[in-house]
Amino acid sequence: MENSDQNTVPGLEAVPESATRPAQVQLPQPAALREPAQAGVATGAPIFEVKNVSIYYGSFRAVTNVSLTIYENQITAFIGPSGCGKTTVLRTLNRMNDLIPGARVEGEVFYRGERLYGKDVSPIAVRRRIGMVFQKPNPFPKSIYDNVAYGPRINGIHSKPRLNEIVERSLRQAALWDEVKNRLGHSGLGLSGGQAQRLCIARTLAVEPDVVLMDEPASALDPIATGAIEDLMKEIKDRYTIVIVTHNMQQATRVSDRTAFFSVLVNPESDTRTGTLVEYAPTDRLFGDPHDDRTKAYVTGRMG
Amino acid sequence: MSTVTRVDPAGPAGSTRPLQHRRPLGDRTFAIIALASGLLVLVILVLIAVTTTQQSASWFSAEGLKVFTNNWNPAANQFGALAFIYGTAITAVIALILAVPVSIGIALLLTEVVPPRWARPIVYVVDLLAVVPSVVWGLWGILVFAPWLQHIYTDIASGVKGVPVLDSLFGQPVSGASFFTAGIILAFMITPIVTSLSREVIATVPAIDREGAYALGATRWEMIRGAVLPHSQGGIVGAVLLGLGRAMGETIAVALVIGSSPTITSHLFAPGYNMPAVIANQFGEASGVFRAALMGIGVLLFAFTIIINVIARGIVERNARRKRGA
Amino acid sequence: MTAVTAEPPKVDLREPAGWRRTKNRLMTWLMVISFVVVLVPLGFVLVSVVAKGASIISWSFLTSGPIPSIVAPAGVGGMGPAVLGTIEITALATVIAVPLGILGAVYLNEYGGKNWLAGLIGFMSDVMTGVPSIIMGLFIFSIWVVRLGTNGLSGLAGALALACLMLPIVIRSSYEMLRLVPNSLREGSYALGATKARVTVTVVLPAAIGGIVSGSLLAVARAAGETAPLLFCIGAATAANPNVFRGANTALPSQIFANAYQPYPGAQARGWGAALTLIVICFVLMIAARLVTARFARYSR
Repeated sequence: MENSDQNTVPGLEAVPESATRPAQVQLPQPAALREPAQAGVATGAPIFEVKNVSIYYGSFRAVTNVSLTIYENQITAFIGPSGCGKTTVLRTLNRMNDLIPGARVEGEVFYRGERLYGKDVSPIAVRRRIGMVFQKPNPFPKSIYDNVAYGPRINGIHSKPRLNEIVERSLRQAALWDEVKNRLGHSGLGLSGGQAQRLCIARTLAVEPDVVLMDEPASALDPIATGAIEDLMKEIKDRYTIVIVTHNMQQATRVSDRTAFFSVLVNPESDTRTGTLVEYAPTDRLFGDPHDDRTKAYVTGRMG
Repeated sequence: MSTVTRVDPAGPAGSTRPLQHRRPLGDRTFAIIALASGLLVLVILVLIAVTTTQQSASWFSAEGLKVFTNNWNPAANQFGALAFIYGTAITAVIALILAVPVSIGIALLLTEVVPPRWARPIVYVVDLLAVVPSVVWGLWGILVFAPWLQHIYTDIASGVKGVPVLDSLFGQPVSGASFFTAGIILAFMITPIVTSLSREVIATVPAIDREGAYALGATRWEMIRGAVLPHSQGGIVGAVLLGLGRAMGETIAVALVIGSSPTITSHLFAPGYNMPAVIANQFGEASGVFRAALMGIGVLLFAFTIIINVIARGIVERNARRKRGA
Repeated sequence: MTAVTAEPPKVDLREPAGWRRTKNRLMTWLMVISFVVVLVPLGFVLVSVVAKGASIISWSFLTSGPIPSIVAPAGVGGMGPAVLGTIEITALATVIAVPLGILGAVYLNEYGGKNWLAGLIGFMSDVMTGVPSIIMGLFIFSIWVVRLGTNGLSGLAGALALACLMLPIVIRSSYEMLRLVPNSLREGSYALGATKARVTVTVVLPAAIGGIVSGSLLAVARAAGETAPLLFCIGAATAANPNVFRGANTALPSQIFANAYQPYPGAQARGWGAALTLIVICFVLMIAARLVTARFARYSR
């Protein structure tokens, strides 16, 4: 699976096959799946299968040749230096890149066996199932209640008792209920950073998605709020599948089951940087015994 | 004004002339001229208020509070101006009802729907509405538009005969020149400014808020309802108020199509009058208290538009400041 | 809502419920319709003016006078005096308002900074753009025309009224342009020992000149089309008056206004002709403004 570009790049070796084989071994079959159980990491059904995906903005190739599989009820982390495409790949999973004019995906992305970029697929339906939490908390300028109720309402739920129930359940799941239960009518903009982010998580959970994507959810928060978010992730993972982009390696080791390390390929002629997947493995193995030199350099702190 | 001391630029290098601590004469003169030009704005506004009030003094003293009665009969020396105030309010309200949804629709079209390449031509076209002079709107209005509307008015009037509320609003058309026609033409004229200001306000909504709504699986309209409109509400109110101010002050187009009949009536299709229109039409031949009365109506108009513009600009300013700081 | 079960269900990724898609489409169409709604009257006006005015337009219409009586048929006399009046009165107003407006903007941006006076002037200048133009006419009438008796009616009085109208517009647009000039330009000039006045005149204004010219052209277009300020200030001449400072005068908007009331076909035809001429003038000014902006943007890249 070597990319011809990589051969001409000095200083960056081609990805040795062995390092990526575990991710490749998986299947084209949606319902099949068990990977030979590795120490401590049992895997469920594959939720996403990404195959040879490259992402372009216009003619510029931002990410090249990514293939991996994401499993149900696990937390998968994308790590890597800035500009390596991890956020771009994340946004591909819920078709948020569609919002950028000129963005194009080549290769295949399967979600539960369905082609995510198929012809009849509606991005709206996709995003209801695959939610996203952003780096900077972005509550709507509405009340806390209306923030959480927004998703259910646009899906046709208008009965007060049901909405009340959904709002309470979502806020409880996001570990925010006790703090705001007496001021649901207050504006969502008045919350602290950590609370606002938990509100955004509650909002996402309110539509009962299948997958929750998180783009550096704690990077704008203080350490205590960060800890709260990490605890939250571990608690909800038995009901949701989580994919998180983070530039904090310790966070990846703390919360994730599997980790994908991305890096940058520099093309000296055109002076462009293209992201690519370097290594993908259960977290303990990736950090404890990285197979690729680039991974080794990154996790031991020599770059990035 | 800054009072920073400056090095004297006039002294040649190596000269032993002492550094001056006062700014050179030319520099200070320029600063004073600039300040004076700026102050001119305030001076003019104050002078407007003072001189026009002076000239209308005889009206206020003759009528006192009766200026606010509906009793306009110059031949009999009666100058109660309520009918004109009513006309100004009614035509402005009609103009807002028609123009605001359209303007917001165009603003949303430009910011959310069309690709950037198409935005420029669309903005050009909307700006063309503003380039057409008021008097040309009026000429077209009275010679072409009003006669055409007259048929529509009579049709609607016969259609709503007997229907309780609608009948008193839309009955009794006389000719095409009426409150409603003036309102429609005002709507054409204020659309460019309300659109452009609304667009500025909507464009300050951060992209991340839009993405938040999309990420929940919202359609574009749901995203607009959830993320864009709540953010822009305040600013749009400011834009609407500015449109209101313009609608109240537009003179010539209204003077030509409003029908020149100082009456207070609920019938929107009937001829009416408003403040700037009566001044434009009658000032030329007026004298004495009549003239003072028209001048006084001008004073009232000035006061109303200043107040509305101060409030509107205040809202727009506060909105802009909040966005910058946010 | 579908719950997530242990067994991967067959996912349905098609369009959501019909009513959501319909509502979305409907609102999008409403937005498009709002734009179309605006196109209709614009087109209607332009077509009417061109259709009804073109037939009377001729070189003699545009240049010869005097302005005939309202009962005269089309073809008699011409609008020459009005064209001359519009040009000279608007030019005089421009000469008065633009330099003052630019200097006012210079005060706001270069000298005023954040002090309260500059804030007040800037705010009230914006408020002043909302003052009805007829008030400017009444103002100049009371402060100027009245004091001079019938001699007060002149092109100059009209120009003063138009200048009051133009001043805040020029201030606001020039201020925005001056704000865009990067500070590094100013500092480079100061570092060479220039005074503030010199920096402003030799570096800042030239850097902003394109935008200032463009904004001023738009103000001129606005002034050329105004009728109300002229109503009580210039009188109603029928012969051309090349002396803009003395004597009654006339202008295109005033003629259009006078003729619009008339039932006589000749008068109406002259009104349409004058309207077409006026619209062409305003459009030309607007296009010139955009050309200047475009050309200037290329320079400052």
